[in-house]
Amino acid sequence: MPTILASITTLELKFVDYLIIGIYFAFVLGIGWVLRRQMTGTKDYLESGRSLPAWICALGFIGANLGAQEVMGMAASGAKYGIMTSHFYWIGAIPAMIFVAIFMMPFYYGSKARSVPEYLKLRFDEKTRGFNALTFAGMTVMSSGISMYALAKLLNLILGWNFHGCIIVSGLIVLAYILMGGLTSAIYNEVLQFFLIVFGFLPLVLLGLKNVGGWEGLKTKLMPVAENAGFASDAWTHSWSFTGSPATNPMGVEWFGLAMGLGFVLSFGYWCTDFLVIQRAMAAKDMGAARRTPILAAIPKMLFPALVIAPGMIAIAMHSMADSSFHLPAKGDSLDYDLVVPTMLSYYFPTGMLGIGLTALMASFMSGMAGNVTAFNTVFTYDIYQSYIKKDGSDRHYLNVGRWTTVFGILFSMGAAYFAAAFNNIMDVLQLVFAFVNAPLFATFLLGMFWRRTTGHAAFSGLVLGTVAAAIHHGLSLPEKAVAGIKGGWLSIQHVYPSEMAQNFWTAIWAWSTCFVITILVSLATKRTKTDDELRGLVYSLTEKIKEHDTAWWKRPAVFGTVVLLCAVVLNILFF
Amino acid sequence: MQLDVRLPMGLLFLILGVILLIYGFVSDPAIYSAHHNYGLNINIASGVVFGVFGLAMLFLAKRGKNKS
Repeated sequence: MPTILASITTLELKFVDYLIIGIYFAFVLGIGWVLRRQMTGTKDYLESGRSLPAWICALGFIGANLGAQEVMGMAASGAKYGIMTSHFYWIGAIPAMIFVAIFMMPFYYGSKARSVPEYLKLRFDEKTRGFNALTFAGMTVMSSGISMYALAKLLNLILGWNFHGCIIVSGLIVLAYILMGGLTSAIYNEVLQFFLIVFGFLPLVLLGLKNVGGWEGLKTKLMPVAENAGFASDAWTHSWSFTGSPATNPMGVEWFGLAMGLGFVLSFGYWCTDFLVIQRAMAAKDMGAARRTPILAAIPKMLFPALVIAPGMIAIAMHSMADSSFHLPAKGDSLDYDLVVPTMLSYYFPTGMLGIGLTALMASFMSGMAGNVTAFNTVFTYDIYQSYIKKDGSDRHYLNVGRWTTVFGILFSMGAAYFAAAFNNIMDVLQLVFAFVNAPLFATFLLGMFWRRTTGHAAFSGLVLGTVAAAIHHGLSLPEKAVAGIKGGWLSIQHVYPSEMAQNFWTAIWAWSTCFVITILVSLATKRTKTDDELRGLVYSLTEKIKEHDTAWWKRPAVFGTVVLLCAVVLNILFF
Repeated sequence: MQLDVRLPMGLLFLILGVILLIYGFVSDPAIYSAHHNYGLNINIASGVVFGVFGLAMLFLAKRGKNKS
């Protein structure tokens, strides 16, 4: 375990705080226990029986994503980059969520594929599915381990609990409720956690805002922060104004890298192809609910910057106020931005609410873990075990495999947690994995869904070479002030980026473009192996358009989605 | 018959709300000015919000059950 240098004062929990934490976990396990009777087959266990209403799926959709990186990471970025962090929502999530709802969900839900790799098998061929299933399985175990590590490190740091004990206990709790209630249990807990985060963090933001004198006060107090960092005085409170050149904004990225790398490749790659989130929409009870899931989820997502980015901005403003007693802990010669949330909690919350705040934090880490584990057990059971190991088992057999996979998934995650402990910055590793896995995959999906000529060989070679391109770009570039190695430059240093984020965006752009071009070229050079008939329901031009005459007009995805998208545009303009 | 998620959610928030309320009333008022929340008894305030949300969820769960 790495040494922790932060100078945060250990929080002291009282009986009532422990009581609150205890009650929450009793409910988490209780939900699994009640649901266990409903788990009669693999469909119930791994796909939630495809029976949930849209609003539950929508909250699960964002809840699964509301893990460690969101709660702690976005607050950290809010302190480090200011309101520019909102790009991760307003261009980095909303447009992609609307797109997946309107254009892609009909294929995912309608094709009867049970997972994203299975869709690839139906649309292309076995090897494309195999490649995706393996990279995805690796990615989920890694992400789950990172959540587990972050949780254990945090509890160790702020409560003084034993690091190894935290890993084991958090792993066992997640294991218990997934084992009993499967995907439904995971989704229900994501819904619970969503509201806990909202109600637990909102007071923090309100008190903080009152402290700095509202939004206007916050703007004034962030001016010296921006000037000290060498930027224009309002650089922390504008999302687009300073993106003309990478040198003039704290994120070190220009508008093109931002819009293309984050807004297009990384965002669409994540929201449109990552089975972790798609699985939540696929658990919906019908096609209409599946398509409404991402759009409904986009509404709270749009407002989340107020909940997770604002605390970071408030924290850095208060830290730099001369007469403030609030201080962020230091890490080396800079500040430990990751500790924004716990520091704010200890500053504002007395016993009682402190228990709520901590419970919300723990819940978010655990649902991040559970989200990955439920995606992992489905992909392993269907796309690896049923495809390559035992094709003709009984449903009972696959249910048992699904359960055992859950056990192994948690064990692998624990291993990954110790692996993550070896790196000093887990977020960079995670973003990097997204650029390698999701970015090229999105090109494959775009072509596969919208161009019937795309062939299996093309999809496979595009994916493999897209991943290779990500590796080459990463090997040739390095963020400023970084040492060649895990952060890049391991081939030779040809380009230096102002920040890790800028490097990630461009890695994603290279991976996507390479996959896109290679897939087109190889498609033109190879023969189609699937007939139009076989591609019906899998490709846009060959699929009957969904008629929605009996759906209220405002419930239609195209109308509803456009309204939400317009709201996101307005937010971008307001904070331009 | 599937478990309605609003039922456990309503119960959880109601119980947490009651705990916050009770603690807000019996706790030493000094802890509220020691933390930088302007002496506001945040446990009582949040307790009310949690409780009302919990009751609303329970009401919706009951209504949903009657419908089906």
